Amino acid sequence: MPESKRKKKERLSLIVFSGDFDKAVAAFTLATGAAAMGQEVNMFFTFWGLNILRKERGRRFKGREFLTRFFNFLMGGLDWLPLSRLNFGGMSPRLMTYLMKKKGVATLDEMIEAAKALKIKLIACEMAMHILDIDKSDLIDEIEEVVGVPTFLEYSRDAETIFIS
Amino acid sequence: MKHQFDVTDQKCPMTYVKTALRLEELEEGDILEVLVNPGEPLESIPKSAETAGYKILEIKEQDGRFLIVIQK
Repeated sequence: MPESKRKKKERLSLIVFSGDFDKAVAAFTLATGAAAMGQEVNMFFTFWGLNILRKERGRRFKGREFLTRFFNFLMGGLDWLPLSRLNFGGMSPRLMTYLMKKKGVATLDEMIEAAKALKIKLIACEMAMHILDIDKSDLIDEIEEVVGVPTFLEYSRDAETIFIS
Repeated sequence: MKHQFDVTDQKCPMTYVKTALRLEELEEGDILEVLVNPGEPLESIPKSAETAGYKILEIKEQDGRFLIVIQK
């Protein structure tokens, strides 16, 4: 973006707490739209939101103890993000992706691609990863950093901040 | 240099997201002619481009679609 021509750099920070398919679509729509308009955008993924960024798109037992292995298996990755309503046992996100493609709307995969291209800063919550035994290597390579709340707040200074629950 | 770009097969937010990514590849002073459908993209692309610091030179109709001429 031509920095010099802009009056003031606007910033948007999204806290992606939810791992629901529809809410992830909403978060990435907002984020890519803002970044394309020249805003500096941070997306902070925590708890269920981390599922959006797992390398493993399916289900996998992962963790250092029974409970985390169980949790990580049940949550799964991008292919298992549930719809927040009318999920029908995981069938709905597939139907929704079909509808989105049919109607020419970018799918979640395409929006994540666009987010990378627009240099949106994708960051993951250290604490949630610790609880769930998720390592940085379990997440897609585009995750720039694993940080705690103080760093995120530092990045979000003077930014519009939205919590996606 | 003048470049053409068609976003008539795209929907929000990709209409502008793809336009912005295309603009980023261009040199300062280059012109991008973006073909859009009437409605949301015609409303939002010029505004978004101006907010991002680009210049709208012209908007002209072309067989029911519109050509937004943007200068980087």
